[in-house]
Amino acid sequence: MSRITCECGHVNPEGTVLCEACGKPFEENQHLNDNKPEQLLNMRYDGSARRSQTYQRTFVDKVWNFFSSVKIGVSIIILLVVASAVGTIFPQEMYLPPGSDPTTHYEEQYGMLGQIYYQLGFHNLYSSWWYLLIIAMLGVSIVIASIDRFIPLYKTLRKQKPKRHVNFMKKQRIFGETINENIDYSKLRKNLRSKRYKLFEEDGHLLAEKNRFSRWGPYVNHIGLILVLLGSMLRFVPAMYMDEFLWIREGETKEIAGTEGKYYIENEDFILETYDANDENNSQFQESLQNQANPVPENYQTNAVIYKRTDLPIVPGKEPELEKVKDAEARVNHPIQLENGISLYQASYQLNEFQSMTFKLHDKGNEDTNYGEFTVDLTEPKDEYTLDDGTVVRLDRYYPEFELDDGVPTQVSKFPRNPAFIFEVQRPGEEPEVSFAGIGVNIDATGENDYKVGLVDFGVRDVTGLTVKRDYTLPFIAFGAAIFMIGVIQGMYWNHRRIWIQPKETGVWVAGHTNKNWFALKKDIDQTLEDTGIEPPVDQQEEKDKRERGKDDGISTD
Amino acid sequence: MELAQISSNLLYASFFIYLVATFIFGATIKVSNENRNKKIANVGIGLTIVGFLTQVGYFFTRWFAAGHAPVSNLFEFMTFFGMMLVFGFIVLYFIYRITLLGLFALPVALLIIAYASMFPTEISPLVPSLKSHWLYIHVTTAALGQAILAISFAAGLIYLIRQVNQEKATKRTRWLEFIIFSILCVVGYIAVGTTFGAMNYETTFEAPVNGSMTQITYEMPAIAGPKDGELLTDHAFGPLFETPGWMQGVNAPVKFNTVIWSLLAGLVIYGLLRVLLRKRVAKSIQPFLRSASPRLVDEVSYRAVAIGFPVFTLGALIFASIWAQEAWDRFWGWDPKEVWALITWFFYAAFLHLRLTRGWEGERSAWLAVIGFAIIMFNLIAVNLIISGLHSYA
Ligand code: HEM
Repeated sequence: MSRITCECGHVNPEGTVLCEACGKPFEENQHLNDNKPEQLLNMRYDGSARRSQTYQRTFVDKVWNFFSSVKIGVSIIILLVVASAVGTIFPQEMYLPPGSDPTTHYEEQYGMLGQIYYQLGFHNLYSSWWYLLIIAMLGVSIVIASIDRFIPLYKTLRKQKPKRHVNFMKKQRIFGETINENIDYSKLRKNLRSKRYKLFEEDGHLLAEKNRFSRWGPYVNHIGLILVLLGSMLRFVPAMYMDEFLWIREGETKEIAGTEGKYYIENEDFILETYDANDENNSQFQESLQNQANPVPENYQTNAVIYKRTDLPIVPGKEPELEKVKDAEARVNHPIQLENGISLYQASYQLNEFQSMTFKLHDKGNEDTNYGEFTVDLTEPKDEYTLDDGTVVRLDRYYPEFELDDGVPTQVSKFPRNPAFIFEVQRPGEEPEVSFAGIGVNIDATGENDYKVGLVDFGVRDVTGLTVKRDYTLPFIAFGAAIFMIGVIQGMYWNHRRIWIQPKETGVWVAGHTNKNWFALKKDIDQTLEDTGIEPPVDQQEEKDKRERGKDDGISTD
Repeated sequence: MELAQISSNLLYASFFIYLVATFIFGATIKVSNENRNKKIANVGIGLTIVGFLTQVGYFFTRWFAAGHAPVSNLFEFMTFFGMMLVFGFIVLYFIYRITLLGLFALPVALLIIAYASMFPTEISPLVPSLKSHWLYIHVTTAALGQAILAISFAAGLIYLIRQVNQEKATKRTRWLEFIIFSILCVVGYIAVGTTFGAMNYETTFEAPVNGSMTQITYEMPAIAGPKDGELLTDHAFGPLFETPGWMQGVNAPVKFNTVIWSLLAGLVIYGLLRVLLRKRVAKSIQPFLRSASPRLVDEVSYRAVAIGFPVFTLGALIFASIWAQEAWDRFWGWDPKEVWALITWFFYAAFLHLRLTRGWEGERSAWLAVIGFAIIMFNLIAVNLIISGLHSYA
């Protein structure tokens, strides 16, 4: 390690650009901050010795330097921007209409481009390995870049001394020399203090500093980001995250998935309300409602009862003994909360699902005859129904939702949305007959039946769809987000400002630096120097601009 | 008078006041006397504040009339966005006191409010997922953040027009003209839409949509008709050609037609300006911006991002996540609108990091501010109208 000893006596680590104590630029290291002799000093990280600038030999150095570069960091972010945008060109797989097949959907809907999109895996972009890889690189980059800068910057700002090197002073963007032997230093100190500057003094040299804490803002917010990323990774730990779905019919009681059989829920009633344009209370919406072709939903709600199982530990196969915990409502935006961190969200519904169907047996040619009625409970269809006159109706097949495919009934789903049955009817002493019966269909397969099974009545009920969620990762992510917010506000709404005042034999030098918002700093300085006998310093950058203006900005000077 | 009526009158009034304030800020350019200049600027900012308060009045009266905060459809959201833009301008004005900023920021706000009124303006009821306090908190904060970021665009545009060398045509002058042209397309759209709206213009087509015949109503003359559409209205103009088949959905042909009208109207206005001015539009504006210090304008543009970025993060990402967690049981779902909010955020994060690199202040920064605004507008308009998702207002 070749440490650098400054003429002020301070010993600096290898790679230091500006002495930590007095700010003297070290000739041999100026290239590290791209400093040129005639230009103002590049003050980034106060010229502290950063690992990435100092060591570039080994493989580890190279990886470190790669990830600590802001250019690389920005490139990663831009890569994410482009990739994310591509993912919105066509819908992601999870947003396809239910029941559609992604292998064909993209091509059918969007043609060849859609097919290519699908084949490249863009339909599941945000969980693809390469997207996650870019995010991982972002995380690595944030960590390395932050460590690379934070530690040296922290040390330097702690070691800085009020007494500054001449070349440091002169090459600050804000700099001024005043020739005046009557300077009111006590007024100056008072002004600085009233602007909340902290004053440090050394042999009459003055350093006024404020808001140093804002320099840590970026590092704090980066920690927040890393916490959010780590928190999102917790998703992959099974115990941390649970996501289940329950369909419950009205009147039904079901075990709540994910509670190991300890909790049950009963759906008492599912409610769908729509806005009524004629309702007095909705008069303000009248025009809007009349312009809508379809009714506008006002509320989706499940009135439920939550039960706890009392016969613990659970004996498999035993009927549960349930104790009511509470009545609860699940509405959109108002989930039901259980005591064990589980929430039940109103997520979906199905109106008027068939619950029971009542049939009667009559002569094929005459609907007014009646040989008896029977009711099929769709939740528990029986194998056989015996009518009053002794007729036996056997249930051969039950299709909860059927479709006729070339005259052959096929099952579409297991939800009773369009139920149909194949019955075998046997009247006492007669040959059995086969009938196919459903809503609006009644097929006599052989064409030789004497009787017909006709639908006379049916019962319906609603089904509610609830998601069951428990997410222990939320507090971590929320915590990370909070840290992020603290960090950005800390870094953005305050600026680190320093003013150096150096007494000279014939007067005084003033220099100033801020990490952002120079006009605001200049205003601060000008105000503190009022009535002190010190002339306002100049913004050397602005002066240079003014000298150059007209040469290249296309506006003729007049 | 009914509350809803008072509310919309207040909105008109604020629009008008902003318009007057813009001209007053414009007057400061020609006045070189510093004292008089200051006085005029005071009138300008005073009027802006009055206009802002009037619009706040619109906001709350509409809130009372509707029974919910008026940020629930595109019209309401855009007007609120315009209001926040004015607010952001007022804040930055008092930090930096640049009158020229008013001359650029207020017209942006005016355009946004006028654009908003092209959407259905009646008070609409809330669907269940929108019934949450987090909705108001999320939408208002997000809009505020976006509006402050938009101020950075206004300042960036001043910078570019002031600084880009206009002596000969270059890539940069062309892009600058393109930005101006894009803004003129919005002006054109509003002009065309308002004109045909006032005429109650309507043409109806019947066309197959997803396999069934559907009636499609145009409120502007149909340049591009629906694919395989049949004109039902007698003596109606057009269509000159059909909307390409890959544009999906009932409204696709109408939207496509609207885009064509906007581009045409933008071209006409731009062309007229070029003929009148006899030089590039930016070049004609340039001399008026001579008094602006480029570094100061650059700092304003950057400061707006520095102030807006945390607000945007809070509103568009954090509050949005809290609401999504309540309404849809997941705080993040990669819905297009969410993704575009993330893209906006990434973009401005990149902006802030580039600012740390030497050579990225000034002009490059100004171009970035323009791109950032384009992303915000894309999320506000295109994602709502083209890429539909859970958030789709339209
Ligand atoms: C989306 C991801 C990121 C966000 C939201 C973010 C946010 C921020 C913010 C708000 C600042 C403060 C900027 C300013 O004060 O002007 C900052 C500074 C910084 N960021 Fe990031 N950052 C991200 C990713 C990265 C990455 C990938 C790198 C890697 C190179 C990085 C390196 C830095 C550095 C070096 C600073 C300056 C620190 C200083 O001035 O002391 N950031 N970041």
